[in-house]
Amino acid sequence: MFEIFSKVFTDNPLIVSFATVGITMYVAYFLSNKLTKGRIHGSAIAIVLGLVLAYVGGVVTGGEKGLSDISIFAGIGLMGGGMLRDFAIIATAFGANFDEIKKAGFSGIASLFIGVVLSFVVGVCIALAFGYTDAISLTTIGAGTATYIVGPVTGAAIGASSEVITISIAAGLIKSILTMVGTPFIAKYIGLNNPRSAMVYGGLLGTTSGVAGGLAATNPKLVPYGAVTATFYTGLGCLMGPSVLFLMTRAIFG
Amino acid sequence: MVIFGVALLAICMLIGVFFGETLGVLMGVEANVGGVGIAMLLLILIVDYLKKRGKLSQPAQDGLSFWNTMYIPIVVAMSANQNVVAALDGGPLALLAGVIAVVASWILVPILSKGGTKTVIEEENSMLNGGDRNVRNIQ
Repeated sequence: MFEIFSKVFTDNPLIVSFATVGITMYVAYFLSNKLTKGRIHGSAIAIVLGLVLAYVGGVVTGGEKGLSDISIFAGIGLMGGGMLRDFAIIATAFGANFDEIKKAGFSGIASLFIGVVLSFVVGVCIALAFGYTDAISLTTIGAGTATYIVGPVTGAAIGASSEVITISIAAGLIKSILTMVGTPFIAKYIGLNNPRSAMVYGGLLGTTSGVAGGLAATNPKLVPYGAVTATFYTGLGCLMGPSVLFLMTRAIFG
Repeated sequence: MVIFGVALLAICMLIGVFFGETLGVLMGVEANVGGVGIAMLLLILIVDYLKKRGKLSQPAQDGLSFWNTMYIPIVVAMSANQNVVAALDGGPLALLAGVIAVVASWILVPILSKGGTKTVIEEENSMLNGGDRNVRNIQ
Protein backbone atom coordinates (compact mmCIF):
# COMPACT_ATOMS: atom_id res chain seq x y z
CA MET A 1 0.00 0.00 0.00
CA PHE A 2 2.71 2.48 1.00
CA GLU A 3 4.80 1.38 -2.01
CA ILE A 4 1.94 2.20 -4.38
CA PHE A 5 1.42 5.56 -2.68
CA SER A 6 5.12 6.36 -2.94
CA LYS A 7 5.28 5.22 -6.59
CA VAL A 8 2.36 7.47 -7.60
CA PHE A 9 4.10 10.45 -6.01
CA THR A 10 7.58 9.80 -7.41
CA ASP A 11 6.21 9.05 -10.90
CA ASN A 12 4.34 12.37 -11.12
CA PRO A 13 6.69 14.91 -9.57
CA LEU A 14 5.44 18.12 -11.21
CA ILE A 15 1.79 17.23 -10.49
CA VAL A 16 2.65 16.58 -6.84
CA SER A 17 4.29 20.01 -6.68
CA PHE A 18 1.14 21.71 -8.06
CA ALA A 19 -0.93 19.99 -5.35
CA THR A 20 1.63 20.72 -2.62
CA VAL A 21 2.00 24.39 -3.51
CA GLY A 22 -1.78 24.75 -3.93
CA ILE A 23 -2.47 23.29 -0.49
CA THR A 24 0.30 25.43 1.01
CA MET A 25 -1.24 28.55 -0.52
CA TYR A 26 -4.73 27.56 0.63
CA VAL A 27 -3.44 27.24 4.18
CA ALA A 28 -1.57 30.54 3.80
CA TYR A 29 -4.60 32.47 2.57
CA PHE A 30 -6.73 30.84 5.29
CA LEU A 31 -4.24 32.01 7.94
CA SER A 32 -4.07 35.42 6.27
CA ASN A 33 -7.84 35.86 6.46
CA LYS A 34 -8.49 34.30 9.86
CA LEU A 35 -5.45 35.31 11.90
CA THR A 36 -4.40 38.63 10.35
CA LYS A 37 -7.70 39.70 8.75
CA GLY A 38 -5.89 39.99 5.43
CA ARG A 39 -3.35 42.47 6.75
CA ILE A 40 -0.42 40.17 6.00
CA HIS A 41 -0.96 39.12 2.40
CA GLY A 42 -1.56 35.41 1.80
CA SER A 43 1.29 35.26 -0.71
CA ALA A 44 3.77 36.48 1.91
CA ILE A 45 2.58 33.83 4.39
CA ALA A 46 2.76 31.19 1.61
CA ILE A 47 6.39 32.09 0.89
CA VAL A 48 7.23 31.92 4.60
CA LEU A 49 5.53 28.48 4.73
CA GLY A 50 7.61 27.50 1.68
CA LEU A 51 10.79 28.50 3.51
CA VAL A 52 9.62 26.52 6.56
CA LEU A 53 9.04 23.45 4.34
CA ALA A 54 12.50 23.99 2.84
CA TYR A 55 13.91 24.10 6.36
CA VAL A 56 12.13 20.83 7.22
CA GLY A 57 13.43 19.27 3.99
CA GLY A 58 16.94 20.45 4.78
CA VAL A 59 16.86 19.10 8.34
CA VAL A 60 15.35 15.74 7.29
CA THR A 61 17.69 15.03 4.37
CA GLY A 62 20.73 17.16 5.16
CA GLY A 63 20.65 18.24 1.50
CA GLU A 64 20.92 21.66 -0.08
CA LYS A 65 17.72 21.88 -2.10
CA GLY A 66 15.14 22.13 0.65
CA LEU A 67 11.87 20.22 0.29
CA SER A 68 12.80 18.90 -3.18
CA ASP A 69 15.51 16.72 -1.61
CA ILE A 70 12.70 14.54 -0.24
CA SER A 71 12.06 12.19 -3.18
CA ILE A 72 8.26 12.42 -3.23
CA PHE A 73 8.55 16.23 -3.42
CA ALA A 74 11.20 16.30 -6.16
CA GLY A 75 8.77 18.15 -8.47
CA ILE A 76 9.09 21.26 -6.30
CA GLY A 77 12.58 21.51 -7.76
CA LEU A 78 11.14 21.62 -11.28
CA MET A 79 8.27 23.99 -10.48
CA GLY A 80 10.50 26.36 -8.52
CA GLY A 81 13.52 25.86 -10.77
CA GLY A 82 15.11 28.42 -13.04
CA MET A 83 13.16 27.71 -16.23
CA LEU A 84 9.59 28.07 -14.93
CA ARG A 85 10.64 30.79 -12.51
CA ASP A 86 11.98 33.04 -15.28
CA PHE A 87 8.96 32.21 -17.46
CA ALA A 88 6.50 33.33 -14.77
CA ILE A 89 8.51 36.44 -13.94
CA ILE A 90 8.45 37.51 -17.59
CA ALA A 91 4.70 36.87 -17.64
CA THR A 92 4.22 39.45 -14.87
CA ALA A 93 5.19 42.10 -17.43
CA PHE A 94 1.82 41.36 -19.05
CA GLY A 95 0.24 43.43 -16.24
CA ALA A 96 2.24 46.51 -17.22
CA ASN A 97 1.66 49.00 -20.03
CA PHE A 98 4.00 51.56 -21.56
CA ASP A 99 1.29 54.23 -21.66
CA GLU A 100 0.60 53.72 -17.95
CA ILE A 101 4.22 54.32 -17.01
CA LYS A 102 4.14 57.50 -19.15
CA LYS A 103 1.30 58.76 -16.95
CA ALA A 104 3.51 58.24 -13.92
CA GLY A 105 5.76 60.85 -15.49
CA PHE A 106 9.25 61.74 -14.47
CA SER A 107 8.82 61.15 -10.73
CA GLY A 108 7.55 57.61 -11.29
CA ILE A 109 10.50 56.67 -13.48
CA ALA A 110 12.97 58.46 -11.19
CA SER A 111 11.57 56.63 -8.16
CA LEU A 112 12.07 53.29 -9.95
CA PHE A 113 15.78 53.86 -10.51
CA ILE A 114 16.30 55.51 -7.10
CA GLY A 115 14.32 52.70 -5.43
CA VAL A 116 16.38 49.90 -7.01
CA VAL A 117 19.70 51.62 -6.32
CA LEU A 118 18.73 52.68 -2.77
CA SER A 119 17.67 49.17 -1.68
CA PHE A 120 20.70 47.69 -3.44
CA VAL A 121 23.12 50.02 -1.64
CA VAL A 122 21.44 49.35 1.73
CA GLY A 123 21.73 45.59 1.13
CA VAL A 124 25.38 45.83 0.08
CA CYS A 125 26.26 47.98 3.12
CA ILE A 126 24.58 45.58 5.57
CA ALA A 127 26.21 42.58 3.85
CA LEU A 128 29.60 44.32 4.17
CA ALA A 129 28.93 44.94 7.86
CA PHE A 130 28.26 41.21 8.26
CA GLY A 131 31.60 40.30 6.72
CA TYR A 132 30.84 39.54 3.08
CA THR A 133 33.54 40.97 0.84
CA ASP A 134 33.22 39.22 -2.55
CA ALA A 135 31.41 41.08 -5.31
CA ILE A 136 29.11 38.15 -6.18
CA SER A 137 27.69 37.76 -2.65
CA LEU A 138 27.43 41.53 -2.11
CA THR A 139 25.60 42.02 -5.40
CA THR A 140 23.19 39.15 -4.72
CA ILE A 141 22.30 40.33 -1.20
CA GLY A 142 21.94 43.91 -2.46
CA ALA A 143 19.71 42.71 -5.29
CA GLY A 144 17.65 40.59 -2.87
CA THR A 145 17.10 43.67 -0.73
CA ALA A 146 15.46 45.16 -3.84
CA THR A 147 12.97 42.26 -4.12
CA TYR A 148 13.01 38.55 -3.42
CA ILE A 149 12.82 37.95 -7.19
CA VAL A 150 15.74 40.16 -8.19
CA GLY A 151 17.98 38.45 -5.63
CA PRO A 152 17.73 34.87 -6.95
CA VAL A 153 17.66 36.00 -10.61
CA THR A 154 20.82 38.04 -10.08
CA GLY A 155 22.42 35.36 -7.93
CA ALA A 156 21.69 32.64 -10.49
CA ALA A 157 23.05 34.80 -13.31
CA ILE A 158 26.36 35.62 -11.61
CA GLY A 159 26.82 32.27 -9.86
CA ALA A 160 26.16 32.98 -6.18
CA SER A 161 25.94 30.18 -3.60
CA SER A 162 22.59 28.82 -2.45
CA GLU A 163 23.12 30.23 1.04
CA VAL A 164 23.65 33.75 -0.25
CA ILE A 165 20.64 33.44 -2.56
CA THR A 166 18.53 32.32 0.40
CA ILE A 167 19.70 35.31 2.47
CA SER A 168 18.82 37.58 -0.46
CA ILE A 169 15.32 36.06 -0.66
CA ALA A 170 14.92 36.46 3.11
CA ALA A 171 15.89 40.15 2.89
CA GLY A 172 13.36 40.69 0.09
CA LEU A 173 10.72 38.80 2.07
CA ILE A 174 11.22 40.97 5.14
CA LYS A 175 10.93 44.04 2.91
CA SER A 176 7.74 42.68 1.35
CA ILE A 177 6.11 41.72 4.67
CA LEU A 178 7.08 45.02 6.33
CA THR A 179 5.66 46.95 3.34
CA MET A 180 2.35 45.06 3.56
CA VAL A 181 2.01 45.49 7.32
CA GLY A 182 3.52 48.96 7.67
CA THR A 183 1.99 50.86 4.73
CA PRO A 184 -1.42 51.59 6.32
CA PHE A 185 0.27 52.94 9.45
CA ILE A 186 2.91 55.08 7.72
CA ALA A 187 0.63 56.36 4.90
CA LYS A 188 -0.54 59.59 6.54
CA TYR A 189 2.97 60.59 7.60
CA ILE A 190 4.42 60.34 4.08
CA GLY A 191 1.47 61.88 2.19
CA LEU A 192 0.40 58.59 0.63
CA ASN A 193 -3.10 59.70 -0.40
CA ASN A 194 -2.85 60.59 -4.10
CA PRO A 195 -1.98 58.86 -7.39
CA ARG A 196 1.39 60.57 -7.75
CA SER A 197 2.70 59.53 -4.33
CA ALA A 198 1.25 56.04 -4.85
CA MET A 199 3.25 55.70 -8.09
CA VAL A 200 6.37 56.98 -6.34
CA TYR A 201 5.66 54.52 -3.52
CA GLY A 202 5.39 51.59 -5.96
CA GLY A 203 8.61 52.67 -7.64
CA LEU A 204 10.58 53.09 -4.42
CA LEU A 205 9.43 49.95 -2.60
CA GLY A 206 9.02 47.82 -5.72
CA THR A 207 7.85 44.64 -4.06
CA THR A 208 4.69 44.03 -6.07
CA SER A 209 2.87 41.91 -3.49
CA GLY A 210 4.04 44.21 -0.69
CA VAL A 211 2.92 47.38 -2.46
CA ALA A 212 -0.37 45.88 -3.69
CA GLY A 213 -1.13 44.42 -0.26
CA GLY A 214 -0.03 47.52 1.63
CA LEU A 215 -1.92 49.96 -0.59
CA ALA A 216 -5.03 47.76 -0.57
CA ALA A 217 -5.02 47.96 3.22
CA THR A 218 -4.53 51.74 3.03
CA ASN A 219 -6.93 52.74 0.25
CA PRO A 220 -7.90 50.29 -2.55
CA LYS A 221 -8.11 53.21 -5.01
CA LEU A 222 -4.35 53.66 -4.82
CA VAL A 223 -3.50 50.04 -5.72
CA PRO A 224 -3.36 50.35 -9.54
CA TYR A 225 -1.10 53.42 -9.32
CA GLY A 226 1.33 51.70 -7.00
CA ALA A 227 1.21 48.47 -8.98
CA VAL A 228 1.89 50.29 -12.27
CA THR A 229 5.37 51.32 -11.16
CA ALA A 230 6.00 48.32 -8.90
CA THR A 231 5.52 45.89 -11.81
CA PHE A 232 8.44 47.59 -13.56
CA TYR A 233 10.68 47.44 -10.52
CA THR A 234 11.45 43.73 -10.59
CA GLY A 235 12.11 43.88 -14.35
CA LEU A 236 14.39 46.87 -13.89
CA GLY A 237 16.11 45.12 -11.01
CA CYS A 238 16.58 41.95 -13.08
CA LEU A 239 18.04 44.07 -15.87
CA MET A 240 20.33 46.14 -13.63
CA GLY A 241 21.30 43.53 -11.01
CA PRO A 242 23.46 41.13 -13.02
CA SER A 243 24.72 43.93 -15.30
CA VAL A 244 25.28 47.55 -14.20
CA LEU A 245 25.05 46.97 -10.45
CA PHE A 246 27.23 43.83 -10.55
CA LEU A 247 29.87 45.54 -12.70
CA MET A 248 29.92 48.56 -10.37
CA THR A 249 30.16 46.36 -7.28
CA ARG A 250 32.92 44.31 -8.87
CA ALA A 251 34.81 47.47 -9.82
CA ILE A 252 34.67 48.70 -6.20
CA PHE A 253 35.17 45.44 -4.28
CA GLY A 254 37.08 43.40 -6.84
CA MET B 1 -5.88 30.22 -29.11
CA VAL B 2 -4.40 30.04 -25.64
CA ILE B 3 -1.16 28.59 -26.99
CA PHE B 4 -0.52 31.79 -29.00
CA GLY B 5 -0.19 33.78 -25.78
CA VAL B 6 1.99 31.12 -24.17
CA ALA B 7 4.11 30.88 -27.33
CA LEU B 8 4.52 34.69 -27.43
CA LEU B 9 5.73 34.55 -23.85
CA ALA B 10 8.10 31.68 -24.66
CA ILE B 11 9.50 33.46 -27.74
CA CYS B 12 10.06 36.66 -25.72
CA MET B 13 11.89 34.62 -23.08
CA LEU B 14 14.09 32.86 -25.64
CA ILE B 15 14.97 36.13 -27.40
CA GLY B 16 15.59 37.89 -24.08
CA VAL B 17 17.77 35.10 -22.73
CA PHE B 18 19.65 34.95 -26.06
CA PHE B 19 20.38 38.70 -25.90
CA GLY B 20 21.25 38.35 -22.21
CA GLU B 21 23.80 35.63 -23.02
CA THR B 22 25.17 37.69 -25.93
CA LEU B 23 25.47 40.78 -23.71
CA GLY B 24 27.28 38.66 -21.14
CA VAL B 25 29.83 37.54 -23.73
CA LEU B 26 30.23 41.11 -25.05
CA MET B 27 30.73 42.53 -21.54
CA GLY B 28 33.11 39.77 -20.56
CA VAL B 29 30.80 38.63 -17.74
CA GLU B 30 30.36 34.90 -17.37
CA ALA B 31 26.65 35.43 -16.83
CA ASN B 32 23.36 36.09 -18.48
CA VAL B 33 23.14 39.88 -18.38
CA GLY B 34 19.55 40.98 -17.86
CA GLY B 35 17.98 38.36 -20.14
CA VAL B 36 14.80 38.22 -18.03
CA GLY B 37 14.54 42.01 -17.97
CA ILE B 38 15.04 42.27 -21.75
CA ALA B 39 12.33 39.62 -22.26
CA MET B 40 9.96 41.59 -20.03
CA LEU B 41 10.50 44.86 -21.92
CA LEU B 42 10.04 42.96 -25.19
CA LEU B 43 6.78 41.43 -23.96
CA ILE B 44 5.44 44.81 -22.76
CA LEU B 45 6.18 46.43 -26.13
CA ILE B 46 4.80 43.55 -28.22
CA VAL B 47 1.64 43.20 -26.11
CA ASP B 48 1.12 46.97 -26.27
CA TYR B 49 1.57 46.93 -30.06
CA LEU B 50 -0.78 43.96 -30.58
CA LYS B 51 -3.44 45.22 -28.16
CA LYS B 52 -3.63 48.65 -29.82
CA ARG B 53 -4.29 46.95 -33.16
CA GLY B 54 -6.72 44.45 -31.67
CA LYS B 55 -4.50 41.55 -32.75
CA LEU B 56 -4.25 39.94 -29.32
CA SER B 57 -7.28 37.66 -28.91
CA GLN B 58 -8.85 37.04 -25.52
CA PRO B 59 -7.72 33.38 -25.39
CA ALA B 60 -4.16 34.49 -26.19
CA GLN B 61 -4.35 37.01 -23.35
CA ASP B 62 -5.67 34.24 -21.09
CA GLY B 63 -2.56 32.22 -21.92
CA LEU B 64 -0.40 35.14 -20.77
CA SER B 65 -2.58 35.80 -17.70
CA PHE B 66 -2.30 32.18 -16.60
CA TRP B 67 1.47 32.36 -16.31
CA ASN B 68 1.22 35.84 -14.84
CA THR B 69 -0.96 34.47 -12.02
CA MET B 70 1.28 31.40 -11.61
CA TYR B 71 4.08 33.74 -10.59
CA ILE B 72 3.35 33.67 -6.83
CA PRO B 73 2.89 29.84 -6.66
CA ILE B 74 6.15 29.38 -8.56
CA VAL B 75 7.87 31.78 -6.17
CA VAL B 76 6.42 29.72 -3.29
CA ALA B 77 7.85 26.54 -4.88
CA MET B 78 11.14 28.37 -5.33
CA SER B 79 11.22 29.31 -1.66
CA ALA B 80 10.56 25.65 -0.74
CA ASN B 81 13.70 24.83 -2.76
CA GLN B 82 16.13 27.01 -0.90
CA ASN B 83 18.88 26.03 1.47
CA VAL B 84 17.18 27.59 4.48
CA VAL B 85 19.14 25.57 7.04
CA ALA B 86 22.46 26.97 5.82
CA ALA B 87 21.12 30.50 5.57
CA LEU B 88 19.84 30.80 9.12
CA ASP B 89 23.22 32.23 10.05
CA GLY B 90 22.35 35.14 7.78
CA GLY B 91 19.11 35.84 9.67
CA PRO B 92 20.01 39.18 11.26
CA LEU B 93 21.63 40.30 8.00
CA ALA B 94 18.43 39.72 6.02
CA LEU B 95 16.32 41.33 8.76
CA LEU B 96 18.47 44.46 8.97
CA ALA B 97 18.80 44.84 5.19
CA GLY B 98 15.04 44.47 4.66
CA VAL B 99 14.00 46.81 7.48
CA ILE B 100 16.52 49.56 6.63
CA ALA B 101 15.65 49.40 2.91
CA VAL B 102 11.93 49.88 3.68
CA VAL B 103 12.47 52.72 6.17
CA ALA B 104 14.86 54.52 3.79
CA SER B 105 12.29 54.17 0.98
CA TRP B 106 9.52 55.54 3.21
CA ILE B 107 11.62 58.61 3.99
CA LEU B 108 12.12 59.29 0.27
CA VAL B 109 8.40 59.07 -0.68
CA PRO B 110 7.42 62.66 0.30
CA ILE B 111 10.61 64.06 -1.27
CA LEU B 112 10.06 62.39 -4.64
CA SER B 113 6.31 63.09 -4.62
CA LYS B 114 6.85 66.86 -4.65
CA GLY B 115 5.71 68.93 -7.62
CA GLY B 116 2.93 68.47 -10.13
CA THR B 117 -0.75 68.56 -9.34
CA LYS B 118 -1.90 66.27 -6.61
CA THR B 119 -5.37 64.85 -6.53
CA VAL B 120 -6.05 63.72 -3.00
CA ILE B 121 -8.22 60.64 -2.90
CA GLU B 122 -10.26 60.52 0.27
CA GLU B 123 -11.08 57.02 1.32
CA GLU B 124 -14.72 57.87 2.11
CA ASN B 125 -15.28 59.40 -1.33
CA SER B 126 -13.49 56.62 -3.12
CA MET B 127 -15.93 54.11 -1.72
CA LEU B 128 -18.79 55.91 -3.49
CA ASN B 129 -17.03 56.07 -6.81
CA GLY B 130 -17.79 52.60 -8.10
CA GLY B 131 -15.28 50.38 -9.87
CA ASP B 132 -11.90 49.87 -8.26
CA ARG B 133 -9.95 50.76 -11.38
CA ASN B 134 -12.11 53.54 -12.79
CA VAL B 135 -9.52 56.28 -12.90
CA ARG B 136 -11.87 58.87 -14.37
CA ASN B 137 -14.03 58.93 -11.27
CA ILE B 138 -11.35 60.56 -9.17
CA GLN B 139 -12.47 63.96 -7.96
